[in-house]
Amino acid sequence: MRIDCKHVWKHISAYIDGDVDASLRAEIDKHLETCEICSAVLDSTRNLVILVADDRIFELPAGFSERLHARLDREISLEGD
Amino acid sequence: MQSKPNPEFDAECIRRIQAGEKHLFHELIRPCEKPVYFLLLSLLRNETEAEDAAQETAIKVYRNLHLFRGESQFRTWVLSIARNEGLARLRKTERRREDSLDAMTENSGDFTPAALTSWREVPAEELERQEVRTLIRQAIDGLPEIYRNVMLLRDIEEMDVRETATALEIGEAAVKVRLHRARAMMQRALAPRLRENTPHRKKLFGWL
Repeated sequence: MRIDCKHVWKHISAYIDGDVDASLRAEIDKHLETCEICSAVLDSTRNLVILVADDRIFELPAGFSERLHARLDREISLEGD
Repeated sequence: MQSKPNPEFDAECIRRIQAGEKHLFHELIRPCEKPVYFLLLSLLRNETEAEDAAQETAIKVYRNLHLFRGESQFRTWVLSIARNEGLARLRKTERRREDSLDAMTENSGDFTPAALTSWREVPAEELERQEVRTLIRQAIDGLPEIYRNVMLLRDIEEMDVRETATALEIGEAAVKVRLHRARAMMQRALAPRLRENTPHRKKLFGWL
């Protein structure tokens, strides 16, 4: 049975994450060989996953770490008393 | 943002802290700072309050370190304490937003990634541009909370499905469905904005 585009889209995230079983993976692979749109959706989703993981998108506010560790120091020394 | 978990380092650190080397707690908690802050920011939507809640979380983790049983990774345990801290603050002010409740209907909405192909050739170099990083950040901020939390832990912190499910106290199936939808929503939100912002319009979108 050939799977359709909607079926591929439904599983595209799981496919990228290596979370589909072998037979579904084989069917999706086969579909991707001939479907330009689904190949593009796959590349696009992969791109998104790579881009959102970039360290520079989420940066802690300036001084965050210093303030946190200063507060922890107070807690640790209080407890030691 | 991910910092690879190191269970051996964590276990050794905890053992030494409990034996009296309390200053080692700074090193133990350091890799958790970023995910804790951004999970709290996702819940509370206020930078000052998220920072305060992150500090409170770190102190609770320190005080309750003896309760950590090693059944999950240390980072996962810390994130569930952070999440509880965030939820307690929301409950106090009854600010749990409606968008989260709406989004609870897992089967609502159209989540097929149709017409998302315009991202196909967005190159990693695009990230060198501050505007593009800002657009991505805004798109993540614009997701409903339940999707944003899952994307934060799975795609940004690169936690696995099981750890994400444990930290957020949801099922593994929900993690997968929400991540799939979060990615589709992100692509949909970003495609038109990147089209406006990219100087290589022809090359990127010409084939469509």
